[in-house]
Amino acid sequence: MSVSGKTLYLEQLTVSFDGFKALNELTLQVEPGELRCIIGPNGAGKTTMMDVITGKTRPDSGAVRFGDKLNLLALSEPEIAQAGIGRKFQKPTVFERLTVFENLELALAGDKCFLKTLFARRTSAQDTRIFEVLEIIGLTPQHQTLGGTLAHGQKQWLEIGMLLMQEPELLLVDEPVAGMTPQEIERTARLLQSLAGEHSVVVVEHDMDFVRSIARRVTVLHEGRVLAEGDMDQVQKDPRVIEVYLGA
Amino acid sequence: MPNYTLWISARRDAGSGWFLGGLAAVVIVVPILNLAVPASSPFHVSAYGLTLVGKYLCYALLALAVDLIWGYCGILSLGHAAFFSLGGYAIGMYLMREIGARGVYGNPILPDFMVFLNYKSLPWFWYGFNHFVFALLMMILVPAALAFAFGWFAFRSRVTGVYLSIITQALTYALMLAFFRNDMGFGGNNGFTDFKDILGFDLHSDKVRVALLVITGVMLAASYLVCRMIVSSRAGRVLRAIRDAESRTRFLGYRVESFKLWIFVFSAVLAGIAGALYVPQIGIINPSEFSPINSIEVVIWVAVGGRGTLYGAAAGAVLVNYAKTYFTSTIPEAWYYALGTLFVLVTLFLPRGIIGLVSGRVRKQENIDRSRIQADRPEPSRK
Repeated sequence: MSVSGKTLYLEQLTVSFDGFKALNELTLQVEPGELRCIIGPNGAGKTTMMDVITGKTRPDSGAVRFGDKLNLLALSEPEIAQAGIGRKFQKPTVFERLTVFENLELALAGDKCFLKTLFARRTSAQDTRIFEVLEIIGLTPQHQTLGGTLAHGQKQWLEIGMLLMQEPELLLVDEPVAGMTPQEIERTARLLQSLAGEHSVVVVEHDMDFVRSIARRVTVLHEGRVLAEGDMDQVQKDPRVIEVYLGA
Repeated sequence: MPNYTLWISARRDAGSGWFLGGLAAVVIVVPILNLAVPASSPFHVSAYGLTLVGKYLCYALLALAVDLIWGYCGILSLGHAAFFSLGGYAIGMYLMREIGARGVYGNPILPDFMVFLNYKSLPWFWYGFNHFVFALLMMILVPAALAFAFGWFAFRSRVTGVYLSIITQALTYALMLAFFRNDMGFGGNNGFTDFKDILGFDLHSDKVRVALLVITGVMLAASYLVCRMIVSSRAGRVLRAIRDAESRTRFLGYRVESFKLWIFVFSAVLAGIAGALYVPQIGIINPSEFSPINSIEVVIWVAVGGRGTLYGAAAGAVLVNYAKTYFTSTIPEAWYYALGTLFVLVTLFLPRGIIGLVSGRVRKQENIDRSRIQADRPEPSRK
């Protein structure tokens, strides 16, 4: 476990949309280097939680801190990204008309202001890093392919690759295996497991088999708050969880 | 490790070669045909011909400015004629003051229209325009300042797409109404005309016209190269990323609004330069240059030529305006119908414009666009 990483704290988060409470005083903590799976039925608030952490949605009340000092609610989306939090969306979003290589290049960590990027030249260290990541996500042969022509699973990996280029301390991964074949799912599981430790990883997922295969610690959300937390076996035996899932 | 840089530059640039070569040919051949070929020869290019070519090149520069933001960053400005006109007005103010006492009323300080409108003294905002360099500075600063102020609010408030297009249209319309007013101090609906000379050179002589044409050509080439540099830099790839997936770009840590602002201001400056080159050659600037239809026409040139290529936009500007010159002299009433039909046909059948047709990349591009449409289709919600 990396000691230097920061802990993510969510405290008493409430978000409501037209009276519907998507998050209801949600309190959650993710330790450095942890691989955390978040599960829960539809409308449990999983994606909303990610939206709040990354600055896309502002909560009605509550606090989000990254490490002891950093208040994420005071930052804009790019600032949060620069602070070391990367996000993969539920729907794979890569830059369709840029090549795989260019997609990764844009995600490179570093100064991202206009003038710097205007005169930026890739260093050989950066090239090496891009090809390392291409190797990790298994897209080396496709590095000159346009993002838009990749298969669905490959887009998901490319997006995970883009996260890695950002060198984030915390990766938020929303439904990484939706629409994947069993082989692709297995690969993704290995990929995410290899990332934990060096980074903290939070995975939101529906696929229970997948969650069981990777999870060390699972949090169950229901109606915008934490219903249960623990390892997969504990959580699955929890009567409240069974009720929510069978009832749903 | 594959040599990636080489691959990029090879992919880039047959089009640039054609464009710059063609431009060089025009800028060399047209002056020769005017100055060296006797007027009796069928190959002689008249003063009218010179002005026409000069005008096309100015329009090409304006189209370049629009393509830079629309083709590469997805900002559809329907108000770029405003920046073009402001650049034109800036140089026009210099040209008016250059007339001096040779005006109809012979007032050494006040331009004719001010004497006519009973101005007692020169309004403060006309100060300095007797200096050419000051006018050049204003030609850049005024469009830049307006674009900055506009972009600051619009991009920061995340106004995008059709809403942004509509307010750019409103911007140019508001400016048109303002400039139509006599008490604005810009000559009302007559604008500025009857220019005599520029830096002491007679604007009506063929040599000066040739010089202006060459300067326009050089500015167009230089602007093209700067734009090319921008779009092939990493910043250019960020712009395309913004165009295709704005919020994704934001989550990668890019300040999208500041990229948009920079590129919008730069584009406005190019448009201003185009306008400033246009006015001395055409010999008049009036508020109708601000009219919304002008800005829309620019977008059509770019679409017809092929957006997102830069040279396509320039080619489109020249082609469409050549067609306009031809139509308006033969069947003027049909021009707007022809233009509208052209736009519809290009949108339907040539999404990459004429350049897409020439370079045979349409099918490939269509496949990309198709997969993109599917990706954009919302998934059934399954939170």
